[in-house]
Amino acid sequence: MKDKIAIKVDDLTVAYNFKPVLWDVDLSIPEGVLMAIVGPNGAGKSTLIKAMLDIVKPIAGTIEIFGKPYKKQYKEVAYVPQKGSVDWDFPTTALDVVLMGTYGSLGWIKRPGKTEKKEALEALEKVGMLEFRSRQISQLSGGQQQRVFLARALVQKASIYIMDEPFQGVDATTEKAIINILKELRKSGKTVVVVHHDLQTVPEYFDWVTFLNVKKIATGSVKDIFNDDNLTKTYGINYKVSLLQ
Amino acid sequence: MTSAQIEIQLIACIVAVACAIPGTFLVLRKMAMISDAISHSILPGIVIGFFLTEDLNSPWLILLAAFSGILTVVLVEYIQKTGLVKEDTAIGLVFPSLFSIGVILIAKNAGDVHLDVDAVLLGELAFAPFDRMIIGGADMGPKSLWVIGIILLVTLTLLLAFFKELKISTFDKQLAATLGFSPVIMHYGLMTVASVTTVGAFDAVGAILVVALMIAPPAMAYLLTNNLKKMLLIASGFGIIGAILGYWVAHWLDASIAGSITTVLGVLFFLIYMFSPNRGLISVLYRQKRQEVEVHLLTFLLHLQNHSEKSERHINHLNEHINWHKVRAQSVLDLALKNNMITIDDSIISLTEKGKTFTSEAINYIITNKSAAIEEMKDRFFLFRG
Ligand SMILES: Nc1ncnc2c1ncn2[C@@H]1O[C@H](COP(=O)(O)OP(=O)(O)OP(=O)(O)O)[C@@H](O)[C@H]1O
Ligand SMILES: [Mg+2]
Repeated sequence: MKDKIAIKVDDLTVAYNFKPVLWDVDLSIPEGVLMAIVGPNGAGKSTLIKAMLDIVKPIAGTIEIFGKPYKKQYKEVAYVPQKGSVDWDFPTTALDVVLMGTYGSLGWIKRPGKTEKKEALEALEKVGMLEFRSRQISQLSGGQQQRVFLARALVQKASIYIMDEPFQGVDATTEKAIINILKELRKSGKTVVVVHHDLQTVPEYFDWVTFLNVKKIATGSVKDIFNDDNLTKTYGINYKVSLLQ
Repeated sequence: MTSAQIEIQLIACIVAVACAIPGTFLVLRKMAMISDAISHSILPGIVIGFFLTEDLNSPWLILLAAFSGILTVVLVEYIQKTGLVKEDTAIGLVFPSLFSIGVILIAKNAGDVHLDVDAVLLGELAFAPFDRMIIGGADMGPKSLWVIGIILLVTLTLLLAFFKELKISTFDKQLAATLGFSPVIMHYGLMTVASVTTVGAFDAVGAILVVALMIAPPAMAYLLTNNLKKMLLIASGFGIIGAILGYWVAHWLDASIAGSITTVLGVLFFLIYMFSPNRGLISVLYRQKRQEVEVHLLTFLLHLQNHSEKSERHINHLNEHINWHKVRAQSVLDLALKNNMITIDDSIISLTEKGKTFTSEAINYIITNKSAAIEEMKDRFFLFRG
């Protein structure tokens, strides 16, 4: 049984322009799981993640990372956004982007040095992007950009990895490579939270799952709760696990 | 050169570098317009400061004017946040209002104030050496040299200390925030530096040249490099070149120095926009043309590989079947011949061994979607490019 809680969400309500997109969500994510968040478009998956990272402010509720607010724990968390919030025209290379992942542990004023550069190169190698290290980031394909952002998260050496649809626009080989890296992270005791759209691969990739559609429908181990009932409740139409294959 | 000439050029160069640094980040943040807004809306701050201190170089005046610069930024953002208008509209609403307040203040008190709108907008670099800094009877050089020199020193120190923070908050605000670097602090820090620089420089060079020096050199540097550090260096370099060249153009034409520097910057920008090796207009068009020919070459080679029958490999067939213009067919044929990929025997085209290897490799890379590998392979095979 997993006992320590990595992320605890209590009574969370988030609204954009006074219209709630997350209603009273309670969620406990145990340490060391590889968890998928699933739900239809507009279900509030990205919003939930952004609330965990203190990027959007909730109108009610609290979020704790290992028992403390995010502000005290930001070094424990690495984030791969859905569609890079970055300025693609910025004069910077893939290696440089990965190096930025080390800025957090460096703190203010200190500059990245040899150690950081070595870590960044290793991370690029891990995601198979070493040969593109000097490429300007706008000249990478969508899947390649995604891998650079994964590498950037890796060098943050966090305890929790949060990723918004890392498989979007990525080919099958890359998807396998990424999921292997995520499984490796879990093996070394990290907690990984992934927004995921491909229901078919949930049982194969993940051991934990949260169903979300404005409200939390269910959360727990894939074995226990990945079933017709929860799929139907989340997606509205009659879903059968057996039909996914 | 007289000492006044040297002093003028020195002031212009220091202003240029002091402007290029915040300017680089403004350009990257797509906030070029805000520097224009700041440069105009500092006017009421300058006027009020001048009434209080009677000294255009007083630190109080500079602070007060810088404050109205920051007020501009805050107002623009406030209006923008209401979601009713876009940023450019908000800028257009704020700075004329503040500027006109300044103009009215000057008009109301024109009698006893030595300050006019022209001087604020255009400055007069030629007069800068006359206003000396005298300490204990000793001449320490022009006052504006001191003012802008100190501003540059502070800017450089801040840049060196917070380079990484500026970079990350410009490139990826969200990451900066999640890593514990406040993008809000960086934003207002940058705006403060931009405002203080504008105020410090306006007396010597005028508001318009300040805007030109903040935007044009970084815009040129942006076209030339993929590296932020180099962009800062190149921008400073262009600023200096523009300042010195502009000074001598003014000297030669007996024209306004600020006006000449601005013109030189404009001409330099045009040249780089046309001729920059990577992003310049000409090289972009040239590359497009080349890639087009090379794609056609590949199509043509593929066709040869797929068809062993002679009728499909006859020269005239290029025109008929593949449906290319004569010119294109000729240029593709020439390219293939020059690179030893085909031989022509009695109007029948055949692939050479090299041509065959090239084609198979290319297909392989296209299927596996490895565009980088294709470019690398072209370098390996081509003796002449398209
Ligand atoms: N900045 C915003 N301002 C206003 N509404 C927003 C904003 N961001 C998201 N929304 C709305 O909030 C709801 C939830 O959005 P969210 O991005 O969290 O969905 P999601 O589950 O991640 O969807 P997807 O699968 O398409 O990524 C949607 O209805 C969306 O339109
Ligand atoms: Mg989303």
